[in-house]
Amino acid sequence: MYAFTYLRPGSVRGASKALATKENAKLLAGGQTLLPTMKQRLASPDHIVDLSQIDDLKNIEQKGRRIVIGAMATHASVASSALVRDNIPALAALAGGIGDPAVRHRGTIGGSVANNDPAADYPAAVLALGATIHTNKRKIAADEFFAGLFTTALEEDEVITKITFPMPSRAAYQKFRNPASRYALVGVFVAKRGRDIRVTVTGAGSNGVFRWSAAEAALSKRFSVKSLEGLSISASGLNGDIHASPEYRAHLIAVMTARAVAAA
Amino acid sequence: MAQTPKIAVAMTVNGQDVSARLEARTLLVQYLREGLRLTGTHVGCDTSQCGACVVHVDGKAVKSCTILASQCEGAQVMTIEGLAHGDKLHPMQEAFREHHGLQCGFCTPGMIMTAVDIAQRLGTPDEHTIREELEGNICRCTGYHNIVKAIDAGCQEMAKGQHRQAAE
Ligand SMILES: Cc1cc2nc3c(=O)[nH]c(=O)nc-3n(C[C@H](O)[C@H](O)[C@H](O)COP(=O)(O)OP(=O)(O)OC[C@H]3O[C@@H](n4cnc5c(N)ncnc54)[C@H](O)[C@@H]3O)c2cc1C
Ligand code: FES
Ligand code: FES
Repeated sequence: MYAFTYLRPGSVRGASKALATKENAKLLAGGQTLLPTMKQRLASPDHIVDLSQIDDLKNIEQKGRRIVIGAMATHASVASSALVRDNIPALAALAGGIGDPAVRHRGTIGGSVANNDPAADYPAAVLALGATIHTNKRKIAADEFFAGLFTTALEEDEVITKITFPMPSRAAYQKFRNPASRYALVGVFVAKRGRDIRVTVTGAGSNGVFRWSAAEAALSKRFSVKSLEGLSISASGLNGDIHASPEYRAHLIAVMTARAVAAA
Repeated sequence: MAQTPKIAVAMTVNGQDVSARLEARTLLVQYLREGLRLTGTHVGCDTSQCGACVVHVDGKAVKSCTILASQCEGAQVMTIEGLAHGDKLHPMQEAFREHHGLQCGFCTPGMIMTAVDIAQRLGTPDEHTIREELEGNICRCTGYHNIVKAIDAGCQEMAKGQHRQAAE
């Protein structure tokens, strides 16, 4: 790992200021993506801005029909939160299936969403549940937030503070794991809230997480596995690698979508 | 290379207060092994995947290769060296010995620290759950069977110990 200067601001404002004024500065949340990348020397920030001392970023609370999760809430705390388990069990289950217990003790929702890894789990939930990403500057709708591989709408000095999730009436996430890395080869999140039905896919799109609109339209007629019969998705625009071809991923998307609807 | 500035870090390791001036890039595992000479915590990979380095920070299992020492400012750190009471092994260590839960032993410190964390969170989980919980700990020798048996037995022992404590 290359040398850097370590900063530990006590407020979001301080963190944002450090990002704006210090050369080549990067936020450090759980470090479960950033530190491995730095160890491989694939990232070499000059300044590391540790968010861990900003306490109110860890809260999980209910506001009306919404669950509000602080950016620094760990995967383990989301998975075990009674509020999340009672109101959006699919989200708690998703968080509990990320990586392994040690990764879940450190990794955070804010870090995962900011990173927007094309195989990450949280982006599928954020987009399917129609969540809103709050930063120190503004609120960003999930539909506007994810902007391609490892790319988001965040500006250089923008810090995610919390994410609000409207409660769905039905939701489920189904993840087909890469047997070696255990990341999603394909993950599908299905959510129904009133008449709004969303189907999102992670792990497969060459541009990162996306909505499968044909499945959404089919399910809008009737929210049932039967509505998906005969529906398939084109392999063009899907990832192919040594683990799975685009055609195999297309097939998995249909299978995992049906399973998610059945489980929702 | 130019000298990089050092920062002061203080934490508690196995019940002892320790402090040092470290380069900011020092990982917790480097500080434990090279600074404190606690070499029971191992490094088995470069990619945060093997779990040989697992220790407890504020009571939770974490990979000490994927956390900076400076992120542990003020924290309570427990390593494999901190589990036994003098010559008396921790029940989970005893269970690994009893059930032959190791061969070369390289993965064992991380396995045991993860296992104690499993027992503390889940009590006495079933075999399937134990296997799922070991997702972040890789063993190249045993094939896991005896590790799972050892963890099952260790969890039972720890639960009994808790009952004893509660009864006293
Ligand atoms: C062995 C292993 C297995 C894993 N398996 C999975 C898996 O199955 N599924 C999955 O989804 N992920 C997986 N991960 C990744 C893990 O979920 C990470 O925790 C997550 O991707 C990043 O969160 P973090 O808090 O660790 O962020 P960090 O690593 O600290 O930061 C990641 C990036 O986000 C930025 N950032 C962090 N917080 C904020 C914020 N509040 N505002 C703006 N930018 C911010 C940082 O600057 C950095 O660029 C795995 C990781 C490991 C090591
Ligand atoms: S050394 Fe392999 S996970 Fe830490
Ligand atoms: S006993 Fe040799 S790696 Fe596990």
